[in-house]
Amino acid sequence: MMKYTEDHEWLRVEGDLVVVGITEHAATQLGDVVFVELPEPETMVATGDEVVVIESVKAASDILAPVDGEIVEVNDKLSDKPGLVNDDATGDAWFFKMKIDDMSVLGAFMSEDEYNDLIG
Amino acid sequence: MADLKRTGLYDLHVELGAKMVPFAGYEMPVQYPLGVMKEHLHCRAHVGLFDVGHMGQVILRPKDSMDALVAGLEAMMPVAVAGLAEGRQRYGLFTNDQGGIIDDLMFANRGDHFFLVVNAGCRDGDIALMREKLADVAEVIEVMDRGLLAVQGPGAEAALASLVPDVAAMRFMDVITVDTVFGALWISRSGYTGEDGFEVSVPDVEGFTRSLLALEGVEMIGLGARDSLRLEAGLCLYGHDMTEETTPAEAALGWAIPKARREGARAGGFPGADVILAQLADGPARLRVGLRPETRAPMREGVELFDREEGGEAVGRVTSGGFGPSVEVPIAMGYVPRALAGDGTQLWGEVRGKRLPVSVFPLPFRPSNYKR
Repeated sequence: MMKYTEDHEWLRVEGDLVVVGITEHAATQLGDVVFVELPEPETMVATGDEVVVIESVKAASDILAPVDGEIVEVNDKLSDKPGLVNDDATGDAWFFKMKIDDMSVLGAFMSEDEYNDLIG
Repeated sequence: MADLKRTGLYDLHVELGAKMVPFAGYEMPVQYPLGVMKEHLHCRAHVGLFDVGHMGQVILRPKDSMDALVAGLEAMMPVAVAGLAEGRQRYGLFTNDQGGIIDDLMFANRGDHFFLVVNAGCRDGDIALMREKLADVAEVIEVMDRGLLAVQGPGAEAALASLVPDVAAMRFMDVITVDTVFGALWISRSGYTGEDGFEVSVPDVEGFTRSLLALEGVEMIGLGARDSLRLEAGLCLYGHDMTEETTPAEAALGWAIPKARREGARAGGFPGADVILAQLADGPARLRVGLRPETRAPMREGVELFDREEGGEAVGRVTSGGFGPSVEVPIAMGYVPRALAGDGTQLWGEVRGKRLPVSVFPLPFRPSNYKR
Protein backbone atom coordinates (compact mmCIF):
# COMPACT_ATOMS: atom_id res chain seq x y z
CA MET A 1 0.00 0.00 0.00
CA MET A 2 1.32 3.41 -0.96
CA LYS A 3 1.16 6.50 1.19
CA TYR A 4 1.57 10.02 -0.14
CA THR A 5 2.93 13.30 1.21
CA GLU A 6 1.84 16.85 0.43
CA ASP A 7 5.27 17.25 -1.21
CA HIS A 8 4.23 14.69 -3.84
CA GLU A 9 6.39 11.87 -2.53
CA TRP A 10 5.19 8.30 -2.27
CA LEU A 11 6.14 5.91 0.53
CA ARG A 12 5.93 2.14 0.30
CA VAL A 13 6.66 -0.31 3.11
CA GLU A 14 9.05 -3.08 2.10
CA GLY A 15 9.75 -5.40 5.04
CA ASP A 16 11.12 -3.18 7.79
CA LEU A 17 12.09 -0.42 5.36
CA VAL A 18 10.24 2.51 3.81
CA VAL A 19 10.92 3.12 0.09
CA VAL A 20 10.57 6.74 -1.06
CA GLY A 21 10.02 8.22 -4.51
CA ILE A 22 8.04 10.98 -6.21
CA THR A 23 4.66 10.66 -7.85
CA GLU A 24 3.98 10.65 -11.58
CA HIS A 25 2.21 13.96 -11.11
CA ALA A 26 5.37 15.46 -9.61
CA ALA A 27 7.58 13.97 -12.32
CA THR A 28 5.34 15.45 -15.00
CA GLN A 29 5.45 18.85 -13.34
CA LEU A 30 9.24 18.75 -13.07
CA GLY A 31 9.72 17.93 -16.73
CA ASP A 32 12.53 15.85 -18.17
CA VAL A 33 14.90 14.92 -15.33
CA VAL A 34 18.58 15.17 -16.28
CA PHE A 35 20.36 14.71 -12.95
CA VAL A 36 19.62 13.20 -9.55
CA GLU A 37 21.88 13.82 -6.57
CA LEU A 38 21.42 11.10 -3.98
CA PRO A 39 22.46 11.07 -0.32
CA GLU A 40 25.12 8.77 1.09
CA PRO A 41 23.73 5.53 2.54
CA GLU A 42 23.87 5.22 6.35
CA THR A 43 22.88 8.85 6.82
CA MET A 44 20.59 9.83 9.69
CA VAL A 45 17.99 12.35 8.54
CA ALA A 46 15.20 14.35 10.17
CA THR A 47 11.80 15.14 8.68
CA GLY A 48 12.13 18.02 6.23
CA ASP A 49 15.86 17.59 5.57
CA GLU A 50 16.80 18.09 1.93
CA VAL A 51 18.04 14.65 0.97
CA VAL A 52 17.79 14.46 -2.82
CA VAL A 53 18.22 17.10 -5.52
CA ILE A 54 16.47 16.58 -8.84
CA GLU A 55 17.54 18.69 -11.78
CA SER A 56 15.15 18.81 -14.69
CA VAL A 57 15.67 20.68 -17.95
CA LYS A 58 13.85 23.53 -16.24
CA ALA A 59 15.12 23.80 -12.65
CA ALA A 60 16.49 22.14 -9.55
CA SER A 61 14.08 20.78 -6.93
CA ASP A 62 14.68 19.35 -3.47
CA ILE A 63 13.20 16.15 -2.14
CA LEU A 64 12.69 16.26 1.62
CA ALA A 65 12.95 13.42 4.08
CA PRO A 66 9.30 12.53 4.82
CA VAL A 67 10.06 11.07 8.26
CA ASP A 68 12.91 10.79 10.78
CA GLY A 69 15.18 7.81 10.25
CA GLU A 70 18.27 6.36 8.61
CA ILE A 71 18.81 6.19 4.86
CA VAL A 72 20.13 2.67 4.33
CA GLU A 73 20.10 2.31 0.56
CA VAL A 74 19.98 4.66 -2.45
CA ASN A 75 19.02 3.92 -6.05
CA ASP A 76 22.33 4.29 -7.89
CA LYS A 77 20.60 3.50 -11.19
CA LEU A 78 19.33 7.10 -11.19
CA SER A 79 22.87 8.47 -11.41
CA ASP A 80 23.27 7.00 -14.88
CA LYS A 81 19.63 7.06 -15.94
CA PRO A 82 17.94 10.11 -14.38
CA GLY A 83 15.23 9.86 -17.06
CA LEU A 84 13.80 6.86 -15.17
CA VAL A 85 12.07 9.41 -12.95
CA ASN A 86 9.91 10.39 -15.92
CA ASP A 87 9.53 6.86 -17.28
CA ASP A 88 8.73 4.94 -14.11
CA ALA A 89 8.25 7.34 -11.20
CA THR A 90 6.46 4.92 -8.91
CA GLY A 91 8.49 1.82 -9.84
CA ASP A 92 12.16 1.67 -10.85
CA ALA A 93 12.78 5.33 -10.01
CA TRP A 94 12.64 5.06 -6.21
CA PHE A 95 15.21 7.35 -4.54
CA PHE A 96 16.12 5.78 -1.22
CA LYS A 97 15.11 3.27 1.44
CA MET A 98 14.82 4.34 5.07
CA LYS A 99 14.83 2.49 8.37
CA ILE A 100 12.46 4.16 10.81
CA ASP A 101 11.74 3.47 14.47
CA ASP A 102 8.00 3.58 14.39
CA MET A 103 6.08 2.49 11.31
CA SER A 104 2.85 3.86 12.79
CA VAL A 105 3.87 7.42 11.76
CA LEU A 106 3.01 6.41 8.20
CA GLY A 107 -0.66 6.40 9.17
CA ALA A 108 -0.61 10.20 9.10
CA PHE A 109 0.08 10.35 5.37
CA MET A 110 -2.50 10.41 2.60
CA SER A 111 -4.02 7.39 0.94
CA GLU A 112 -4.05 7.16 -2.84
CA ASP A 113 -7.63 8.47 -2.98
CA GLU A 114 -6.78 11.40 -0.72
CA TYR A 115 -3.72 12.21 -2.82
CA ASN A 116 -5.70 12.07 -6.04
CA ASP A 117 -8.17 14.53 -4.51
CA LEU A 118 -5.24 16.82 -3.66
CA ILE A 119 -3.91 16.96 -7.22
CA GLY A 120 -7.44 17.14 -8.61
CA MET B 1 -2.43 36.44 -14.89
CA ALA B 2 -3.91 39.91 -14.98
CA ASP B 3 -1.97 42.77 -16.59
CA LEU B 4 -0.09 40.37 -18.82
CA LYS B 5 -0.28 40.90 -22.55
CA ARG B 6 -1.03 38.15 -25.06
CA THR B 7 0.33 37.54 -28.52
CA GLY B 8 -1.85 36.74 -31.52
CA LEU B 9 -1.19 33.04 -30.91
CA TYR B 10 -2.49 32.90 -27.33
CA ASP B 11 -5.66 30.97 -28.20
CA LEU B 12 -3.68 28.48 -30.26
CA HIS B 13 -1.19 27.90 -27.43
CA VAL B 14 -4.02 27.15 -25.02
CA GLU B 15 -5.76 24.92 -27.55
CA LEU B 16 -2.52 22.95 -28.00
CA GLY B 17 -2.20 22.43 -24.24
CA ALA B 18 0.78 24.74 -23.66
CA LYS B 19 1.86 25.58 -20.15
CA MET B 20 1.66 29.37 -20.05
CA VAL B 21 3.99 31.47 -17.89
CA PRO B 22 4.65 35.18 -17.44
CA PHE B 23 7.62 36.30 -19.55
CA ALA B 24 8.65 39.90 -20.27
CA GLY B 25 5.13 41.13 -19.59
CA TYR B 26 3.46 38.50 -21.74
CA GLU B 27 1.73 35.21 -21.12
CA MET B 28 3.95 32.88 -23.11
CA PRO B 29 4.16 29.09 -23.68
CA VAL B 30 7.10 27.61 -21.76
CA GLN B 31 6.36 24.16 -23.13
CA TYR B 32 3.74 22.10 -24.94
CA PRO B 33 2.68 18.54 -24.04
CA LEU B 34 5.75 17.19 -25.89
CA GLY B 35 8.00 18.65 -23.16
CA VAL B 36 11.23 20.66 -23.28
CA MET B 37 13.59 17.78 -24.12
CA LYS B 38 11.54 16.38 -27.03
CA GLU B 39 10.72 19.86 -28.34
CA HIS B 40 14.42 20.68 -28.42
CA LEU B 41 15.33 17.47 -30.23
CA HIS B 42 12.42 17.88 -32.62
CA CYS B 43 13.65 21.32 -33.68
CA ARG B 44 17.16 19.95 -34.30
CA ALA B 45 15.77 17.09 -36.43
CA HIS B 46 12.69 18.55 -38.16
CA VAL B 47 10.89 21.91 -37.91
CA GLY B 48 10.03 23.94 -34.83
CA LEU B 49 7.73 26.97 -34.70
CA PHE B 50 8.33 29.61 -32.03
CA ASP B 51 5.93 32.38 -31.10
CA VAL B 52 8.24 35.38 -30.77
CA GLY B 53 5.39 37.87 -31.03
CA HIS B 54 6.38 39.32 -27.67
CA MET B 55 9.50 40.79 -29.26
CA GLY B 56 9.44 44.39 -30.44
CA GLN B 57 9.03 45.08 -34.16
CA VAL B 58 10.04 48.59 -35.09
CA ILE B 59 10.13 50.49 -38.37
CA LEU B 60 12.53 53.39 -38.73
CA ARG B 61 11.35 55.60 -41.58
CA PRO B 62 13.87 58.27 -42.63
CA LYS B 63 12.74 61.89 -42.41
CA ASP B 64 15.14 63.17 -45.08
CA SER B 65 17.37 60.40 -46.36
CA MET B 66 18.43 56.84 -45.62
CA ASP B 67 22.00 58.14 -45.39
CA ALA B 68 21.12 60.40 -42.47
CA LEU B 69 19.34 57.49 -40.75
CA VAL B 70 22.33 55.22 -41.35
CA ALA B 71 24.58 57.80 -39.69
CA GLY B 72 22.10 58.12 -36.80
CA LEU B 73 22.13 54.35 -36.22
CA GLU B 74 25.93 54.22 -36.38
CA ALA B 75 25.93 56.85 -33.63
CA MET B 76 23.92 54.43 -31.45
CA MET B 77 25.65 51.14 -32.28
CA PRO B 78 29.28 49.94 -32.66
CA VAL B 79 28.37 47.87 -35.71
CA ALA B 80 28.42 48.73 -39.43
CA VAL B 81 25.10 50.04 -40.68
CA ALA B 82 26.53 51.75 -43.75
CA GLY B 83 27.17 49.19 -46.46
CA LEU B 84 24.28 46.96 -45.43
CA ALA B 85 22.64 46.28 -48.78
CA GLU B 86 18.91 46.47 -49.38
CA GLY B 87 17.40 43.08 -48.58
CA ARG B 88 20.03 42.22 -45.96
CA GLN B 89 19.96 42.02 -42.16
CA ARG B 90 22.64 42.39 -39.49
CA TYR B 91 23.11 41.85 -35.76
CA GLY B 92 23.35 45.07 -33.77
CA LEU B 93 23.88 46.32 -30.22
CA PHE B 94 22.77 49.51 -28.50
CA THR B 95 25.47 50.60 -26.04
CA ASN B 96 25.58 53.12 -23.19
CA ASP B 97 28.28 55.68 -22.37
CA GLN B 98 30.11 53.15 -20.19
CA GLY B 99 30.23 50.68 -23.07
CA GLY B 100 27.54 48.46 -21.52
CA ILE B 101 24.97 46.73 -23.72
CA ILE B 102 21.48 48.26 -23.60
CA ASP B 103 20.04 45.63 -25.94
CA ASP B 104 20.95 43.38 -28.84
CA LEU B 105 18.81 43.35 -31.95
CA MET B 106 18.46 42.53 -35.62
CA PHE B 107 18.16 45.35 -38.15
CA ALA B 108 17.28 45.01 -41.83
CA ASN B 109 17.64 47.40 -44.74
CA ARG B 110 14.28 47.26 -46.49
CA GLY B 111 15.05 49.84 -49.18
CA ASP B 112 13.24 52.95 -48.02
CA HIS B 113 13.33 52.11 -44.29
CA PHE B 114 14.95 49.93 -41.63
CA PHE B 115 13.09 47.16 -39.80
CA LEU B 116 14.30 46.19 -36.32
CA VAL B 117 13.47 43.30 -34.01
CA VAL B 118 14.38 44.01 -30.38
CA ASN B 119 14.09 42.04 -27.14
CA ALA B 120 10.67 42.05 -25.45
CA GLY B 121 12.02 43.18 -22.10
CA CYS B 122 13.93 46.08 -23.68
CA ARG B 123 11.30 47.21 -26.17
CA ASP B 124 9.90 50.27 -24.38
CA GLY B 125 13.36 51.51 -23.44
CA ASP B 126 14.72 50.95 -26.94
CA ILE B 127 11.87 52.84 -28.53
CA ALA B 128 12.24 55.77 -26.15
CA LEU B 129 15.99 55.80 -26.79
CA MET B 130 15.53 55.76 -30.58
CA ARG B 131 12.89 58.50 -30.43
CA GLU B 132 15.41 60.62 -28.54
CA LYS B 133 18.54 59.85 -30.50
CA LEU B 134 17.02 59.57 -33.97
CA ALA B 135 14.56 62.45 -33.51
CA ASP B 136 16.00 64.48 -36.40
CA VAL B 137 16.50 61.65 -38.86
CA ALA B 138 13.70 59.11 -38.47
CA GLU B 139 10.16 58.44 -37.49
CA VAL B 140 10.13 55.53 -35.00
CA ILE B 141 7.08 53.35 -35.59
CA GLU B 142 6.25 50.47 -33.27
CA VAL B 143 4.58 47.73 -35.30
CA MET B 144 1.56 46.53 -33.30
CA ASP B 145 -0.61 44.72 -35.86
CA ARG B 146 1.71 41.83 -36.77
CA GLY B 147 2.76 38.61 -35.13
CA LEU B 148 6.28 37.21 -35.33
CA LEU B 149 6.91 33.51 -35.87
CA ALA B 150 10.30 31.78 -36.03
CA VAL B 151 10.42 28.69 -38.26
CA GLN B 152 13.59 26.77 -37.34
CA GLY B 153 15.25 23.47 -38.08
CA PRO B 154 16.70 21.46 -40.95
CA GLY B 155 13.25 21.12 -42.53
CA ALA B 156 12.41 24.83 -42.18
CA GLU B 157 13.11 25.72 -45.80
CA ALA B 158 11.01 22.88 -47.22
CA ALA B 159 8.11 23.59 -44.85
CA LEU B 160 8.01 27.34 -45.41
CA ALA B 161 8.67 27.00 -49.16
CA SER B 162 5.53 24.87 -49.50
CA LEU B 163 3.57 28.02 -48.56
CA VAL B 164 6.02 30.66 -49.82
CA PRO B 165 8.25 29.25 -52.62
CA ASP B 166 10.41 32.41 -52.73
CA VAL B 167 12.17 31.54 -49.46
CA ALA B 168 14.15 28.69 -51.04
CA ALA B 169 16.42 31.21 -52.78
CA MET B 170 17.22 33.14 -49.59
CA ARG B 171 20.62 32.98 -47.88
CA PHE B 172 21.40 33.51 -44.19
CA MET B 173 20.44 37.09 -43.19
CA ASP B 174 18.54 37.88 -46.42
CA VAL B 175 15.20 39.65 -46.00
CA ILE B 176 12.28 39.67 -48.44
CA THR B 177 8.63 40.76 -48.58
CA VAL B 178 6.04 38.41 -50.05
CA ASP B 179 2.30 39.00 -50.46
CA THR B 180 0.26 35.99 -49.30
CA VAL B 181 -3.23 35.12 -48.11
CA PHE B 182 -1.90 35.80 -44.60
CA GLY B 183 -0.99 39.36 -45.58
CA ALA B 184 2.40 40.76 -46.60
CA LEU B 185 5.09 38.60 -44.97
CA TRP B 186 8.37 40.22 -43.93
CA ILE B 187 10.75 37.26 -43.90
CA SER B 188 14.37 37.04 -42.78
CA ARG B 189 16.53 33.93 -43.00
CA SER B 190 17.72 33.94 -39.40
CA GLY B 191 16.82 32.77 -35.94
CA TYR B 192 18.25 32.02 -32.53
CA THR B 193 18.54 28.24 -32.36
CA GLY B 194 21.75 27.52 -34.28
CA GLU B 195 19.61 25.91 -36.98
CA ASP B 196 18.77 27.15 -40.45
CA GLY B 197 15.46 28.92 -40.41
CA PHE B 198 13.37 32.02 -40.81
CA GLU B 199 11.68 34.72 -38.79
CA VAL B 200 8.42 35.84 -40.28
CA SER B 201 6.51 39.00 -39.43
CA VAL B 202 2.93 38.28 -40.43
CA PRO B 203 -0.46 40.02 -40.07
CA ASP B 204 -2.56 36.82 -39.81
CA VAL B 205 -0.16 35.00 -37.51
CA GLU B 206 -2.72 32.41 -36.38
CA GLY B 207 -3.76 31.41 -39.90
CA PHE B 208 -0.14 31.26 -41.00
CA THR B 209 0.91 29.18 -37.99
CA ARG B 210 -1.98 26.75 -38.41
CA SER B 211 -1.06 26.25 -42.07
CA LEU B 212 2.53 25.39 -41.12
CA LEU B 213 1.43 23.13 -38.24
CA ALA B 214 -0.67 21.12 -40.70
CA LEU B 215 2.55 20.07 -42.47
CA GLU B 216 4.42 16.88 -41.65
CA GLY B 217 7.16 17.25 -39.03
CA VAL B 218 6.18 20.71 -37.78
CA GLU B 219 5.72 21.26 -34.02
CA MET B 220 5.31 24.26 -31.75
CA ILE B 221 8.31 24.79 -29.46
CA GLY B 222 8.12 26.65 -26.13
CA LEU B 223 10.44 29.04 -24.34
CA GLY B 224 12.07 26.21 -22.38
CA ALA B 225 13.50 24.56 -25.48
CA ARG B 226 14.18 27.95 -27.07
CA ASP B 227 16.55 28.57 -24.16
CA SER B 228 18.39 25.23 -24.39
CA LEU B 229 18.64 25.55 -28.20
CA ARG B 230 20.23 29.00 -28.05
CA LEU B 231 22.53 27.93 -25.21
CA GLU B 232 23.87 24.98 -27.25
CA ALA B 233 24.38 27.43 -30.12
CA GLY B 234 26.44 29.65 -27.77
CA LEU B 235 24.08 32.62 -28.26
CA CYS B 236 23.67 35.28 -25.56
CA LEU B 237 20.41 35.88 -23.74
CA TYR B 238 19.95 39.57 -22.96
CA GLY B 239 19.58 40.30 -19.25
CA HIS B 240 21.64 37.19 -18.42
CA ASP B 241 24.73 36.75 -20.60
CA MET B 242 24.86 40.44 -21.39
CA THR B 243 23.56 43.46 -19.51
CA GLU B 244 24.22 47.17 -19.18
CA GLU B 245 27.18 46.15 -17.01
CA THR B 246 28.87 44.06 -19.72
CA THR B 247 30.54 45.45 -22.84
CA PRO B 248 30.54 43.87 -26.31
CA ALA B 249 34.24 43.02 -25.86
CA GLU B 250 33.59 41.27 -22.54
CA ALA B 251 30.58 39.46 -24.03
CA ALA B 252 32.85 38.11 -26.81
CA LEU B 253 30.79 39.95 -29.43
CA GLY B 254 33.80 41.65 -31.04
CA TRP B 255 32.95 39.83 -34.31
CA ALA B 256 29.95 42.18 -34.64
CA ILE B 257 32.24 45.25 -34.58
CA PRO B 258 34.00 45.52 -37.95
CA LYS B 259 37.32 47.20 -38.70
CA ALA B 260 35.51 50.24 -40.13
CA ARG B 261 34.18 51.11 -36.65
CA ARG B 262 37.55 50.50 -34.98
CA GLU B 263 39.78 52.64 -37.19
CA GLY B 264 39.52 55.20 -40.00
CA ALA B 265 36.83 57.76 -40.78
CA ARG B 266 33.92 55.86 -39.11
CA ALA B 267 35.87 54.67 -36.06
CA GLY B 268 34.14 55.29 -32.73
CA GLY B 269 31.33 57.81 -32.54
CA PHE B 270 29.03 55.39 -30.69
CA PRO B 271 28.25 55.44 -26.95
CA GLY B 272 31.07 53.98 -24.87
CA ALA B 273 33.44 53.89 -27.85
CA ASP B 274 36.52 54.76 -25.76
CA VAL B 275 35.89 51.85 -23.38
CA ILE B 276 34.87 49.33 -26.04
CA LEU B 277 37.65 50.11 -28.54
CA ALA B 278 40.32 50.04 -25.81
CA GLN B 279 39.04 46.64 -24.64
CA LEU B 280 38.98 45.29 -28.18
CA ALA B 281 42.57 46.46 -28.72
CA ASP B 282 44.05 45.34 -25.39
CA GLY B 283 41.67 42.58 -24.35
CA PRO B 284 39.01 43.03 -21.65
CA ALA B 285 39.72 42.07 -18.03
CA ARG B 286 36.99 39.42 -18.13
CA LEU B 287 35.37 37.44 -20.91
CA ARG B 288 32.25 35.44 -21.63
CA VAL B 289 33.18 31.80 -22.22
CA GLY B 290 31.52 28.45 -22.75
CA LEU B 291 31.65 26.12 -19.74
CA ARG B 292 31.36 22.36 -19.68
CA PRO B 293 30.57 20.96 -16.20
CA GLU B 294 32.46 17.68 -15.85
CA THR B 295 29.92 15.90 -13.67
CA ARG B 296 26.28 15.37 -14.60
CA ALA B 297 25.13 18.18 -12.30
CA PRO B 298 23.99 21.23 -14.31
CA MET B 299 25.51 24.59 -13.31
CA ARG B 300 22.80 27.20 -13.61
CA GLU B 301 22.80 30.99 -13.62
CA GLY B 302 24.39 32.37 -10.47
CA VAL B 303 26.80 29.49 -9.78
CA GLU B 304 30.11 30.99 -8.65
CA LEU B 305 33.33 29.89 -10.33
CA PHE B 306 36.67 29.30 -8.58
CA ASP B 307 40.20 28.65 -9.82
CA ARG B 308 40.85 26.09 -7.12
CA GLU B 309 38.97 23.23 -5.52
CA GLU B 310 39.17 24.67 -2.00
CA GLY B 311 39.44 28.18 -0.58
CA GLY B 312 40.01 31.39 -2.47
CA GLU B 313 37.55 33.96 -3.75
CA ALA B 314 35.14 33.45 -6.64
CA VAL B 315 36.77 34.44 -9.94
CA GLY B 316 33.63 34.38 -12.06
CA ARG B 317 29.98 33.47 -12.34
CA VAL B 318 27.69 31.40 -14.55
CA THR B 319 25.21 33.58 -16.48
CA SER B 320 23.28 30.82 -18.29
CA GLY B 321 23.34 27.13 -17.72
CA GLY B 322 21.41 23.94 -17.93
CA PHE B 323 21.34 20.68 -19.81
CA GLY B 324 21.94 20.46 -23.55
CA PRO B 325 19.54 17.82 -24.92
CA SER B 326 21.44 17.46 -28.22
CA VAL B 327 24.93 17.34 -26.69
CA GLU B 328 23.50 15.21 -23.84
CA VAL B 329 25.62 16.89 -21.14
CA PRO B 330 25.26 19.94 -18.90
CA ILE B 331 26.44 23.17 -20.54
CA ALA B 332 26.80 26.77 -19.38
CA MET B 333 28.19 30.18 -20.19
CA GLY B 334 29.72 32.66 -17.79
CA TYR B 335 32.29 35.35 -17.20
CA VAL B 336 35.87 34.63 -16.10
CA PRO B 337 39.11 36.67 -15.95
CA ARG B 338 40.88 36.76 -19.33
CA ALA B 339 43.79 34.75 -17.96
CA LEU B 340 41.35 31.92 -17.21
CA ALA B 341 39.41 32.16 -20.47
CA GLY B 342 41.51 29.79 -22.57
CA ASP B 343 39.81 26.63 -23.86
CA GLY B 344 40.34 23.74 -21.47
CA THR B 345 41.11 25.89 -18.42
CA GLN B 346 40.19 23.93 -15.30
CA LEU B 347 37.77 25.70 -12.97
CA TRP B 348 35.36 24.69 -10.23
CA GLY B 349 31.73 25.73 -9.86
CA GLU B 350 30.11 25.77 -6.45
CA VAL B 351 26.83 23.84 -6.59
CA ARG B 352 24.93 23.45 -3.33
CA GLY B 353 28.10 24.09 -1.30
CA LYS B 354 30.27 21.64 -3.25
CA ARG B 355 32.97 22.62 -5.75
CA LEU B 356 32.50 20.56 -8.89
CA PRO B 357 34.95 20.54 -11.81
CA VAL B 358 34.09 22.53 -14.93
CA SER B 359 36.27 23.46 -17.88
CA VAL B 360 36.26 26.32 -20.37
CA PHE B 361 34.85 25.05 -23.64
CA PRO B 362 34.86 26.63 -27.13
CA LEU B 363 31.49 28.00 -28.24
CA PRO B 364 29.21 26.90 -29.78
CA PHE B 365 28.68 23.58 -28.03
CA ARG B 366 27.23 22.26 -31.24
CA PRO B 367 28.07 23.48 -34.77
CA SER B 368 25.43 25.75 -36.26
CA ASN B 369 23.68 24.93 -39.52
CA TYR B 370 23.14 28.30 -41.17
CA LYS B 371 22.64 28.47 -44.94
CA ARG B 372 25.45 30.87 -45.89
